[in-house]
Formats: sequence, C-alpha cells, structure tokens
Amino acid sequence: MKKKSWMMLVTLVLVISMVLAACGSGAETPTTGSTTPTENSTGGETTTEPTDANLAADQTLHLNLSAEPPTLDPAQAQDSQSNTALRFMYEGLATIDGDGNPAPGAAESWEVSEDGLTYTFKMRQGATWSNGDPVTANDFVYAWERVLSQETTPAPVYAYQLYYIKGAEDFNTGKTKDFSTVGVKAVDENTLEVTLANPTPYFLGLTSFYTFYPVHQASVEADQAWASDPSKMVTNGPFTLTTWTTGSEMDWTKNDKYWDAENIKLTNVTASIVNSGATETASYQGGEIDYAGAPTGEIPTDQIQPLSEQMPEEFKLTDIASTYYYEFNTKEAPFNNEKIRKAFAMSIDRKSLIENVTKAGQTPAFGFVPTSIAGLNNQSFRDEFPDSGYFTEDAAAAKTMLEEGMKEEGITTLPPITLLYNTSENHQKLALAVADMWKNTLGVEIQTKNEEWSVFLESRKTGNFQIARAGWSADYNDPMTFMDMFVSGGGNNNTGFANKEYDALIDSAYKGGNDPEKRMQDMAAAEKMLVQDNMVIMPVYYYTQASLTKPYLKGVTTDFSGAINFTRAYLEEH
Amino acid sequence: MANDNINKQSLPAVTAADFEQVDVNQRESEVIKRESLTAWRDTWERLRRNKVAMTGLFALILIVIASIVGPWISYWVHGYDYQTNDLLATNQKPSALHWFGTDDLGRDMFVRTWSGARISLIVGVAAALIDLFIGVIYGGIMGYFGGRVDTIMNKFSEILYAIPYLLVTILLLVVFKPSLGTIILALTITGWINMSWIVRGEIMKLKNREFVLASRSMGAGTGRLLFRHLLPNASGPIIVTLTLSVPSAIFAESFLSFLGLGVQAPVSSLGSMVENALTGWMYYPWRMFFPAVLISIIMLAFNLLGDGLRDALDPSLKNK
Amino acid sequence: MARYITSKLIYTLLSLFILITATFFLMKAIPGDPFMSEKEVPAPIRARLEAQYGLDKPLMTQYVNYLGNIVQGDLGISMKKLNQDVGKIIGQTFGVSLRLGMIAVVVSTIVGVALGLLAALYHRKFIDSLVMVLAVIGIAVPSFVMASLLQYLFGLELKLLPITGLRSPLGYVLPVAALSAGPIAYIARLTRSSMLEVLNADYIKTAKAKGLKWPAILWKHVIRNGILPVVTYVGPMTANIITGSVVVERIFGIGGIGKVFVESITNRDYTLIMGITLFYGIILMAARFVTDIVYVLVDPRIKLTSGKEG
Repeated sequence: MKKKSWMMLVTLVLVISMVLAACGSGAETPTTGSTTPTENSTGGETTTEPTDANLAADQTLHLNLSAEPPTLDPAQAQDSQSNTALRFMYEGLATIDGDGNPAPGAAESWEVSEDGLTYTFKMRQGATWSNGDPVTANDFVYAWERVLSQETTPAPVYAYQLYYIKGAEDFNTGKTKDFSTVGVKAVDENTLEVTLANPTPYFLGLTSFYTFYPVHQASVEADQAWASDPSKMVTNGPFTLTTWTTGSEMDWTKNDKYWDAENIKLTNVTASIVNSGATETASYQGGEIDYAGAPTGEIPTDQIQPLSEQMPEEFKLTDIASTYYYEFNTKEAPFNNEKIRKAFAMSIDRKSLIENVTKAGQTPAFGFVPTSIAGLNNQSFRDEFPDSGYFTEDAAAAKTMLEEGMKEEGITTLPPITLLYNTSENHQKLALAVADMWKNTLGVEIQTKNEEWSVFLESRKTGNFQIARAGWSADYNDPMTFMDMFVSGGGNNNTGFANKEYDALIDSAYKGGNDPEKRMQDMAAAEKMLVQDNMVIMPVYYYTQASLTKPYLKGVTTDFSGAINFTRAYLEEH
Repeated sequence: MANDNINKQSLPAVTAADFEQVDVNQRESEVIKRESLTAWRDTWERLRRNKVAMTGLFALILIVIASIVGPWISYWVHGYDYQTNDLLATNQKPSALHWFGTDDLGRDMFVRTWSGARISLIVGVAAALIDLFIGVIYGGIMGYFGGRVDTIMNKFSEILYAIPYLLVTILLLVVFKPSLGTIILALTITGWINMSWIVRGEIMKLKNREFVLASRSMGAGTGRLLFRHLLPNASGPIIVTLTLSVPSAIFAESFLSFLGLGVQAPVSSLGSMVENALTGWMYYPWRMFFPAVLISIIMLAFNLLGDGLRDALDPSLKNK
Repeated sequence: MARYITSKLIYTLLSLFILITATFFLMKAIPGDPFMSEKEVPAPIRARLEAQYGLDKPLMTQYVNYLGNIVQGDLGISMKKLNQDVGKIIGQTFGVSLRLGMIAVVVSTIVGVALGLLAALYHRKFIDSLVMVLAVIGIAVPSFVMASLLQYLFGLELKLLPITGLRSPLGYVLPVAALSAGPIAYIARLTRSSMLEVLNADYIKTAKAKGLKWPAILWKHVIRNGILPVVTYVGPMTANIITGSVVVERIFGIGGIGKVFVESITNRDYTLIMGITLFYGIILMAARFVTDIVYVLVDPRIKLTSGKEG
C-alpha cells in the first residue's frame, strides 16, 4: 500500500511521529497476553478462623451494588443483586458451604427416600424470625404456596423454579386449585415433607436458592408493600435491613436473634447503589468500598488488565457457570444450512478474542455447558465430557465448508448478513472483532447492529435476526439448566432448532435421576447433537467474573454460579 | 446657473399630461438601500479585523480539511481505515505507526479521530442549522404575533419539550434504520425549541422599540418588519444560541451513544469515542485525549467565531 | 392577573393531557414490555402478569383506565420495582435531585451573572477575556469528561473530596461543580452579550446625561434590562438540572430521578415512565409559567395580556 513517491508525506509522518514519541513517555502498558491466572473456585478460599485479636474494631462492610434490587420479596426476585441482598436477610432449608456442598441451614437435618422422590426436613430448634417468632415448617409451606398461587400479585416469574415439586406446575398454571395436590406438607411444626415429580439430584442445592426462602406469614399478610419497607420486613437470616433509600443506599445490621449469631462477625453492611464500573473501581481505590466487581458490580474491561497488574493480591478472576455464544437463526438464509453455520463457527480464533478483546481470562468454549457445572464423582461435567471434540478452529477447512454449503444451497454469493447484539461496550467490541475475523478468514462482509435491550429481546424472540449474541447462566448446578433450553418450542429457544431425538434425550435425563451415569451421558449426547452435529449455536467462551477484594476482607465465598456470600465475612485490622 | 436668463416665454406650456404619476410606494419610502447592499460586506470587514474570531474560523477550516483528508492519509500510508482491527496491537501508545495510538480493538486512533470529527461535525452542524431554521420561523411568529397565536404555539412547543426525547429517539431508531439521518432527526425533534424561545423572547422585547414602531408607521409589512428589523436586531442572541447548539448537538449525540442509541459501530463520532475511552482513561489516556481535545477545539472555534460574528453583526455596536 | 393565571392553568392542564396521551401511545409503540428478560417468562405466568397489570386489555381501554387513575391522583404501582408506589419513588428520588439541582441552579445563576456582568463592564479588558476563556472551557469540555476529571483529581489523586456523591455535605461539591460548569458558562456569555447591548442603548446614555448616579443606572436600567435573556434561560435550565442530569448522577453514583427515569425506559416500566413524564411535564410547565411572570416583573414593557397588537 505504501507509495514511495510520497516522500513529502513520509517526511511529515516521521517528524510528527518523532514529536509524538517524545511526548508519549509514560507508564509502560503492555497490551497483549493477559498473565492473570484464573482461579477455578467453586468454593472460594479456605478460611482461617478469625481470632478476635486481629479483627478490626469497626466491623462495617462497605459494598456497592450496580443496580438496585427491584424487590426484597424472595418470591419475586430474579436477579443477582437481589440474590446478594436477600442472602443477608434470609436462610433457606440448606445453605451452600465453602466447598460448594449443601449444608444445614434453617433445616437441621434431612432424609432422602430410596427412590429419591421424598425429602424429609427437620427444622432447626431455636431458629427464630427477627421478631422472635420460631421458624417452622409451616413458614416454608406458606412461602412456597405463595410463590405458586394464582392469587399472588404480581405473579412470581420464578415460580417455575419450584416445578420440581410434585404437582407444583399444575397448581401454578391453574390446572388445579387444590394446594393439597402439591408435594409440600408440614407433618408437624418441625417436620417438612417434600415430594418431587422426578428424582432430582440437585434438589438440596436448590433449597438454598431465594425462590425457596421462607417468608413470615403475619407480616406479609399485614402489608402489601412489606418488601420495600425495612420497618415491616421480618426475616430469618443473619442480618436485617435497617434503611433503604431508593436509588442510593441500603444498610443492614446484624440480627442478634439469628441462630448462628456468634459466628457472624460483621455488625453492619452498607451498600451504595452506583451503576458505573469506573466509579466503582475508583471508590474501591479510594477506600470507600471493600469489595468491587462482579457479581455485585462491574470492573470495566479496559481496567481489568491494568488492575490485575497493579494489585495482583486483590484482583481475582473466578470461573462462573455462564456461557457466551452466538445463536443462528436456522430458519433464515444463509444459516438454514448446517455447513455454513459450521464454517462460521470454525473460522474465529477464540483464544485471540479472549486475550485481546475480552481480556478476563475466560475459557474458549466449544460446547454449551460451562466448566464450573458439576458432574459426577467430584468431577466437573466438562472434565468428564470434554468439549474439544465437537469442532476445531480451522480457517482453511472453514472456507471449504462454506463453499460446500453454498453449493448445497445453489448460491454463489451469500446474502447480506447482520450480526445482532444488545447495546453494550463489551458486546460491541466482541462483535466487531468477530466480524473482522470472518472477513479475514471467510472473505465475508458482515454488518453489525446493536439494539436497545428490550428491542433486542423482541427481535430475537420473533426470529428477526440471522446471528445474535446470547448468554446463558445457570440456575442450579447441573448441566440440565443449559441443556433443556433447546427442546423443540422451548421458550428460550430462538433458533428454530427442533429435533425429536434431542427432545427424547432431554426427557430421559429429566426422569433419570436414579441413574446418574446414564443421565449425564444423555445430556452429553444432547450437547454433541446441539453443537457438533447441528451447530445451532456457536459457543464463544465460558464466562469469568473479575473482582477486587481488600486484603483485610476475609471469609467471602462464591459458588459455582458466581453468587457471592458475605454473611460469614469479617474485617481484619488494617 | 444661467437659469435666470432663460426667456420665460420660450417655455412650452405645461399641461397635466406632461406629468407622469410617480407611484408613491409607502413601503419603499422606508427602504434604506445603501445599507442593505453593504451589510454583509460590512460584517465581513469587521469580522476580518477580529483576530480571535479569525483564529476560530481558521481552526474550523483546518479541522474540516483534516477530517476530510486525515483518514485518507493513513489509508495511503499504512493501508488501514477507521474500522481495521488489529488485535495484536490493542491500546498502543502513540507511535510512528499509530500517530495517536490505538484503541481497544487495535484500531488506529488517528484515522478514527478524524473520521469521528467528520461525523460529529456533520451531526452538529446539520442539527444546528435545522434548529435555526425551524426555531427562527417558529419563534419569530410566536414573538411577533403574540396573543392567542403565541399561547397556542408556545404550549405546543412546551408539550413537545416535555415528551421524553429518549422515548422518541428509541422509537425513531426502531422505525427507521439507524443512520446519521435518524440521529440528526432525533436531535432536532426537540432541539429547535430552545432556539424558538430565545427568538420569541428577543422579538417580544424588540417589537415595542421605537425603531420598529417607526418602521411600522411608515408602512413596513410583517415580513419586512420581521426579517429586516426584528431578526437582524435579535441576531446577537440568535448567533450565540446557534454557536452553542452545534456543541450541544454534538454532546447530545454522545449522550445517545452513552445509551447505545448514537451512531452505529464501527462508525463513531468524537463523542462516542470519548465515551468509549472513559472507563479506562487513567490507563490509556491517549484514547480519550485526542478526541476530547478535538471536541474542545471544535467547541472553542465555534464559540470564538460566534462571538466575532455577534460583534460584527450587532447594529447597536456599530459605532463602537 | 387572576384571569391571566386562570387561563394559564387551563392551558397547562390541557397541555398535560396532550402530553400524557402522546407519551402513552409513544411508549406502547416501542417494542418490548416490562416482563422481558434474557430468560423467557413461561407463557402462563406471563399471561397472569399481563392480566394483573391490565396489559391484556385493548390499548384504548388501558389508556382510559390510566386517565381515570390519574384523575384520582393514582400514579399506579411500578411494574419493575415491585410493590413500590410510583408516587413514592418519584418523591424519594426527586428529593435528591431537587436538593442537588437547586444548589447547582443557584450557584450557576449567581456565578454566571456575576461573571457576565463583570465581563460586560470591563468589555475588551483583561477580565473580559478571562471570563470568556473560562466560559469557553465550561462550554467546550463535555460534562462527562469534566465530571470524570474532577472525580479523578479531587477524589482519587488529592483525596480531598468523596468520589461518590451526596453522602456528606462535602459530597455535594464535585457533582454541583460538574453540573454547573456548563450553565455558568452559558449564563456568563448570555449575560455579557445582553448587558453589552443594554450598556450601548440610548436610554443608558440618556440616564447618564440626566446625571443619574452610576450604581442607580446599573441596578435600575442595566441589570433589569440585561438580565432578560438569563431569565428566559434559567427557567428551562432549572427544570433540566432538577429533573436530573443523568450523566452526572451516573458518574457520581447519585440516586436521582434522572437515573431512575432512564432505567424505567430501558425496563419498559410503563407506570413509572408515565409518572415521571407527567411529573417532568408539570415541573417544566411550572418553570415556564414562573419565567413568564418573572419576565413581566422584570420588564415593564411586556404586559401580561399582551394579546392585541396596539
């Protein structure tokens, strides 16, 4: 491209660049190759017991939430900020311990029947609500009925999280009005009996999820707006909400009536509500907050690398159970052709995208189920069924594949192709980089288009796209939370993919809770069908989350999904 | 000189037919012809003598040229344009190859800054001119006629002003394809209102002035009063507002980019580039520095030029 | 005066009605609804939600119902911030924006007018140039750049002021500075140009010739006449600043009405969008109303009933 005749211009270039080079002295910032190690923690650090000697005098934890929880009614919650907030205030039958396993919470112990269908929970003696009332089995029955009931306004969206319970779906959808058909029963004050529709190996873990939290019947019935008024909330967790200033701040105080109060070291928690990653990291560096980044907030992509180098002790990347992928509209040319879909999936360099664009040490994805989802025998699902065989990145083969696909379709040029993503700096960067890769490897010119969130969802739902960005995160620690998404006509299946064999595999896994080996194999077979055989979706990476923790803040744990638990945290002298 | 010596008898008789009826046009009697011929030249002379304003004008011309030529230079020299990614060279400091450094996708900031300036200038100037056009007519009519006309038109603009323009913009972007034209349309849909209020205020203030009364009493019509007397005398505030509506349109566009409703990537404006660099500017200052400085220079230039124009145009300052 | 105010009020009510109508249908025309999320809401649950919020009814019925509620003073319940009353949300977040906004308005007006007056009085002297340079910087630097720079410099580097806003009296300094920079510059320019015009007007010369004392001229003639454009500007500016500068609120993490409004639009929180739009409309019209009255008080040449041309 260089034209040597432009001597004048070159001279000018040299002069200006020398000036600029002279001006541009400053901190050296390496630009490629993130060196930050990824910590694959489903449990978090092993916590050393705090001794009173090294505890800071002021045990007030300062946090930031990037969005305000829309509600503190466990039945209505749907988002990660609500999750963090509710965890301070409520406790389910089980909790998740530091190693990611279910541990006794509001229930002291439990028994599971041989067929895996009936769970009998013994309530914890001495566990009380924040007003002193005992927490009973009836509180759970009431809470779950409230989630499922047709009368509850607004209708709880996450009611389907309870569909594992026998009869729950029929009751929720109005097929029956009789709650006694639902498999939840308080045998007595202290015994809760739950009957499931199918054996569900991950059910205990689910009971630590917020939709399964108990609520205090008297206070809920007393005031419609109880869940937004701290003075009217009666809760059973380690903390109680004391103030909530809409859009600005939330404060919690330790609940002395909590059964395990002696192991709760924090006395207060204060969360600002600031929706700006840059401001959040600035106030972390300025010492205003003790924890920054996901899942409560966000560290801007531009700052991930410099921060990881600046404060390696405080910076952490955690694998979480979410997958970033592009989905094809299999009903729309040219992606109605399987070979063309494969060509696109094979022709990008995921490692380069991660190292140079997303920069947060994500794992390149060749399958759909992320690395931190559990399999059997303390192995992750991904370890047992590696995704490496589904397809490989190969530009030359992709080019051939594209030509074959076009021949099958009888076309010599591809129709105009648009990659759709929802408005966000990160999605935009990735979309532009991917489009550029396609241009270089396949010689295909791709348009990128961003849409405002709701418009984007509407376009995707109505099939008004060719390729669209998508992300999916786990609701529970099992591959099923990913795999049941692509059944024929599934509510979240926007691709038009419909395959009876796939449906059969998923159905078999649904019902096969008593044969865990076969169940996992069914889901692995389904994944192979989804990715390797049909390439309905084009996996890009498995998410990580980046966070900063002050060195004196200890005892914070995150689970497989990245959800964070501060309740057992404490502050050391600093 | 020698008239007195003329023999009066030699004069032909004067009859009525000898008189030609001169049409006494009331309107024209009020016209000041010489003034109008030189008004713009006059202004230009004044402006030319104002060094500060000329600096602004000069800077603007330079920026316009650079925003046309700049991207080509890089293309000829290095072979890349504003959207060429280089993932192996992201966030590089200014160097011989990348004069303004590179951004988070390894795109050359020099090309992007100038093509961004091009977009920003187009958006800003187009929006400002449309605002001016609509605002002056609308505001002029409101201020001049007053009364019921004023009340109704004023109410209409107030309602329009109160409709959240985010809603309007989202709808426009959904209905029409996102393009430069749509963005400009979205910006002008409420942008002209401020201009119309300024014009209205000025006209209301001026219309009871003596020179307007004089002109009116000498038979000047509505159009003439408006365009020859009221508006020129109101041109100071109008020009101040105009010079400011260019930057405010540029900022409004960057605010839309902030919410993802601005120009579509990979095309970008200066505002969206600054916005893009905002989260990491402590670490990659050049990504914010060049576009931010260029925006500021553009604003500065428009303001200096506007000031100069105002001084040059304002008839009341003529004898100073 | 009373008649004037009554007719103004009627017009205002009519305008609000049109505003509500326009916004309502505009809002509904945009794709999406409050119940959309990455994870699709199962159809039976969605149907129930729509029924509960009355979204299953024909558009006209929804509109009539909404109008009925408004007349009864009921703004409804937010569809996203569950069980929270729209009126209460507006009250809480507006309080924050109001306090911050009023301070910014007062600061910008006083500083802006003072600077502008100073520049006009010392026309083409050093002070004039200095003020104009400051004004130009205020206008030339985008507010988000200004806010970020202030935050970085005073918050992170010098550690003099809080990084996030409004948690203490000191927390007001940076947001107010960021909010007022633009308006100060604008007002200073406006004041200067308008004062210059007045200073050169014949009646000032007359007043001087009459032997009036300079302070009296300055107060009675120059300022009273020269401040008119500022008055026109302060009205809308107040409304704009108070109804929330989203950018500044976002950067300093302030839970004002601007932030909530943008959120409500992205969430398609219909009741909240309508509530805030209505509220915003009332403030705007009130600001215009007050501007008109103040205008008359300041400028005796404009009559309230300026209807008929004489």
